[in-house]
Amino acid sequence: MKGYLPVIIGMALVTYLPRVIPLMALKDRKIEGKMKRFLQYIPYTSLSVLIIRGILTSSQDMMVPTILGISSAAILSYLKGNLVLSVFVGILVSYILLQQNL
Amino acid sequence: MEVRSCKRERFKEALIESMPIVLGYFPIAMAFGLLSKNTSLSLRDTSLLSAIVYAGASQFMALDLISAGVNPPSIVLAIFLLNIRHMMMSASLSVEFKNIPKKFLPLLGGGVTDETFSVVSFNKDKIDLVYVSTIFLMAYLSWNIGTIAGYFVGEILPESLQASLSIGLYAMFAALLFPEVKKSKNTLAIFFISGILYAVLYYSKLFASGWDIILAIIIASALGVLIFDHKEEERES
Repeated sequence: MKGYLPVIIGMALVTYLPRVIPLMALKDRKIEGKMKRFLQYIPYTSLSVLIIRGILTSSQDMMVPTILGISSAAILSYLKGNLVLSVFVGILVSYILLQQNL
Repeated sequence: MEVRSCKRERFKEALIESMPIVLGYFPIAMAFGLLSKNTSLSLRDTSLLSAIVYAGASQFMALDLISAGVNPPSIVLAIFLLNIRHMMMSASLSVEFKNIPKKFLPLLGGGVTDETFSVVSFNKDKIDLVYVSTIFLMAYLSWNIGTIAGYFVGEILPESLQASLSIGLYAMFAALLFPEVKKSKNTLAIFFISGILYAVLYYSKLFASGWDIILAIIIASALGVLIFDHKEEERES
């Protein structure tokens, strides 16, 4: 049991450093033009990738609730622009679907 | 006076906007706490994982690998691969964090997750120290308190509730992304380009999980610049 401490510290380092180094290293740099736009696209592309990944990696009985939960949140947020409400409805939709599955 | 009321306003906004993360993290963290206990990790190691590794899916993977008896260097490497996407997110945030003093970055940087990054990135106009640290701290507290709660009383959460709350985090990604389609149709194109690209990389199985994520993000972002850049430039000038 005592043997887990080194591996936990190792994991902590490899998750902490990638989060902090770019933030610190780029802080005082003036970033403009194409590079700046590239970085500004990242929120859009990474969210898109994470959404699709969430669907593709979900287990078989979770797939439909996942897709419909995400879609309802997407549509509602597009129409109303309310984040919290959209997420809540997304959760509700997937919850109802999961209830019927189980 | 005015500065103070503005700060309070930011704080309140951050509290409300962190709610989907807080709600989504708590049950997943509980599930982690419970699984960790069942993997026979001590309370200390379990809470340490959430406190200093603080990386959702990676922690579950770590439990998997630990119980499979995988050697520590391989575990660390696997966790590293799964998390290098945060490099891109943190690089992207560096552009938006220009008004936050550098001395806070080592601490704030540790709070970058897919979810906190998303909420902050899609509220660029609100970014200041109060807003960012409130969102980051709420997420961190939820994850860590949830972990400990799960370690002790993890069984009480019904599975369907747990599953739907974790779908809620993906719903949050969608709810952040899709209102942007109204501002620019390019967002929809970017969504499909990124999604299809990732799906191709995922099914091709050419790259380990983790590489496929970061590759899709880099290529899609570069394509975004190449395809839509001249239009953006026109709008700016």
